[in-house]
Amino acid sequence: MPLALVDCNNFYVSCERVFNPKLEGRAVVVLSNNDGCVIARSSEAKSFGVKMAAPWFKLEIFSKQQGIIALSSNYALYGDMSARVMSTLSTFSPKQEIYSIDECFLDLDGFAPQSLASYGQTIRQTVKRNIGIPVCVGIGDTKTLAKLANHCAKKGFAGADGVCDFGLLSIDERQTIFANIPVGDVWGVGRRITQQLLSMNIQTVEDLRTANPDIIRKQFSIVLGRTVQELNGIPCIDLEETESPRQQIMVSRSFGSSVTSFTDLSESVAHYATLAAEKLRRDKSVACSICVIIQTNSHQEHEPQYQGSLIVPLPQPSDSTMKLVEAALKGLKTIYRSGFRYKKSGVLLMGLQPKSTIQPTLFDDPIEQDISTSLMQVMDAINQKMGAGKLSIAASGICKPWAMRREGKSPNYTTDWKELPEVA
Amino acid sequence: MQQTALNFGRRAAHSALLSFTHPSKELLHRQRPLLRHAVPAGFPSPAVDYVERRLSLDEHMIEHNDSTFFMRVKGDSMREMNIADGDLLVVDRSLPSTHECVVIAVVDGEFTVKQLLHTQHGHLLRAAHPDYPDMQIKPEQDFSIWGVVKWSIHQV
Repeated sequence: MPLALVDCNNFYVSCERVFNPKLEGRAVVVLSNNDGCVIARSSEAKSFGVKMAAPWFKLEIFSKQQGIIALSSNYALYGDMSARVMSTLSTFSPKQEIYSIDECFLDLDGFAPQSLASYGQTIRQTVKRNIGIPVCVGIGDTKTLAKLANHCAKKGFAGADGVCDFGLLSIDERQTIFANIPVGDVWGVGRRITQQLLSMNIQTVEDLRTANPDIIRKQFSIVLGRTVQELNGIPCIDLEETESPRQQIMVSRSFGSSVTSFTDLSESVAHYATLAAEKLRRDKSVACSICVIIQTNSHQEHEPQYQGSLIVPLPQPSDSTMKLVEAALKGLKTIYRSGFRYKKSGVLLMGLQPKSTIQPTLFDDPIEQDISTSLMQVMDAINQKMGAGKLSIAASGICKPWAMRREGKSPNYTTDWKELPEVA
Repeated sequence: MQQTALNFGRRAAHSALLSFTHPSKELLHRQRPLLRHAVPAGFPSPAVDYVERRLSLDEHMIEHNDSTFFMRVKGDSMREMNIADGDLLVVDRSLPSTHECVVIAVVDGEFTVKQLLHTQHGHLLRAAHPDYPDMQIKPEQDFSIWGVVKWSIHQV
């Protein structure tokens, strides 16, 4: 059963380039929230030796000298472009698993095997023309092989023009390629497992493919045993078409500058709880408890450090912004210590379950719950119509002096009427 | 915090117990939730059988949702084709850029909206304004078609 893995090239940079063609051919990096570290690099930036997750403050001067362009992340843009890419890709196969913001698996079962590579080219050209995003396509008999084929397409190890179909390679050709790829590049083989494998003299993909699966299973895990089987073309990991419902919702951010006062901290916690509650309602779920987290900046080693977190159970499972903010602030009061410079706060919603399946308790107040549901519907509708955050609870603050720094963010080209690209 | 939840539970239990022994107005109200919904009792609307979907501008103007983008016109170089400063353009990237269609082109890294002509010397971009000369694209120029303009929406 052949599968394709379609992966967008340098996705965040590519999104920026669609609306700012001047970035084409230039070294571009995209920075994480608060311009902390590098989270996407154009191929030109990679050739300057800029590493993934490199802290920006260490790179800033070098980048200015080399003319590397740094942009703050614009998740509104990337989210919309991702939805467009995924929806376009879904037209190429009856079965699609969206694996991350910039990659998905497509089931190619039943397609003529000889024509898969040219189908891959069609996929690639269509996404490039319709959305403007370059992608690579890897085709193999298992998810692990499709991932690896994609890696080969991207690096130019095999295939042509960004498409690599392992089905077109002879056994010898495949073995030669596998023998030249380090084992750490295999899907699911992390840094720690790589170290252990190296100590067993398993260095390349080919070494892992020919390893004894029983030994691998015993020494490592069932999961890595499956990887070995998948490398041999035996499918062990199914395509997951429906997204498994979220178990937790986390919203946390670092502040633009350090925060010391309880007021500022509580505003940020209320704001993140509000965002988390909105996500929860979009998922049509309720949470059973909320965890509040605050922490100081661990990079400032000379400053006093503190980390606090507390799980606050809710009286009844809820999706109400009011209830969640109230619980989060209660928790914050308990863990807050004065005299520290806080860098980050966040909330984690736990024990999520579908709203439709809540077990009512004897002491529920149905009228109050109805009112709360209607109130939240009105709030969500207003914010959807007027723009995110237009109507919020006062506890989340107005000025938000702690808000994130995103100095080099591009406009919301596709999600805000006021920020459309201009054309002369 | 566990403590708080327990307290809440106990308090609620207490008041519920009280309510059962001394039925209050509030409790009676709570026991009849159905009455809070409107019951239609009049003559059914004769229009019900003729309900059709309301017209949607999105449907009218957007053929391919995923490849359609909006852009804002700046300047009057396309005035004579009824594309004015400030107009909203509906741009479809999936459409073929045929001879004489209006396109969003990228010339040397800049967006421009012009009419595209396929000439024997290659691509030619034509403005719709006497002050703007034709632009013949030279082979060494950085040029691409970004999308095809389907609609220009002008606020009256």
